[in-house]
Amino acid sequence: MKCSDFLQELTNYLDGVLDEPTKVELENHLSWCHNCYVVCDTTKKTIEIYRDSQLYELPEDLRTRLRSAIMNKCQQHKRRGPESV
Amino acid sequence: MGAIQNKLEGPVTDELTLVQAAKRGDDSAFEELVRRYDRNVFRIAQHITQNREDAEDVVQEAFLKAYSNLAKFQEQSKFYTWLVRIAVNEALMKLRRKKPERTVSLDEDIKTEDDSLPREIADWSPNPEQQYTQAELREILSKTIQGLPPGFRTVFVLRDVEGLSTEETAAALELSVPAVKSRLLRARLQLRERLGRFFQKRDNGDKRESGDGDL
Repeated sequence: MKCSDFLQELTNYLDGVLDEPTKVELENHLSWCHNCYVVCDTTKKTIEIYRDSQLYELPEDLRTRLRSAIMNKCQQHKRRGPESV
Repeated sequence: MGAIQNKLEGPVTDELTLVQAAKRGDDSAFEELVRRYDRNVFRIAQHITQNREDAEDVVQEAFLKAYSNLAKFQEQSKFYTWLVRIAVNEALMKLRRKKPERTVSLDEDIKTEDDSLPREIADWSPNPEQQYTQAELREILSKTIQGLPPGFRTVFVLRDVEGLSTEETAAALELSVPAVKSRLLRARLQLRERLGRFFQKRDNGDKRESGDGDL
């Protein structure tokens, strides 16, 4: 496996959907190619950092306000009929 | 090094029951669907619009559209995937209105395959996020993802932040599975490269000064 082949398979590898022979080949490549190992490791960390970051969490007070606004609008829509949206 | 575990939020077992009750006019069932998915829709909307007020609008508009079009919802797909599609469209419309000089679509910024190839290979410090305070880290992550084209960050947020499958992401964005995979790879690699400015190992031992001012 060449470095360009590794890159082609990186997303499938990180998503755990690689077939076993390709996975073995890729992991063999990672065992001796330091650059690809670093790219793989830091890409994985990138995903984990974003996934765990709780960026843009909806604060509870805003959440309540939004839900109430949504349900009010839905009620209005119901009263006015289907032409109102 | 193994596969990434997806974050799944909320049970999906009786989603269909709620949808069917809401279709029959039970607003408390619809409110339960709002409760179940409002956080996800808000996160997706803010990732795409990069603006909190716009994200609030998108949440309201997306749920109202879902409510008013519920009768048209075919129960072959998940309600959540359908809702995400509505929310993404609303969020992209917001962006288009704000940036009329640029066409904002999921198809933009598709350049050559080489534009995301790793140029910077240096390894990161162990636990790089711990070099920064929570507030600094949020700022870094937020500014970094802002730099991606909307089509890339949309795929990234649905797949990697919200944990939708590749097929669900493709359905929600009306893209092919190969198109989702290609954008996801490039989004991941671009984010990795940009975050590297902040998280790289430094030889001088002073990690805190490493990435400052690069945003």
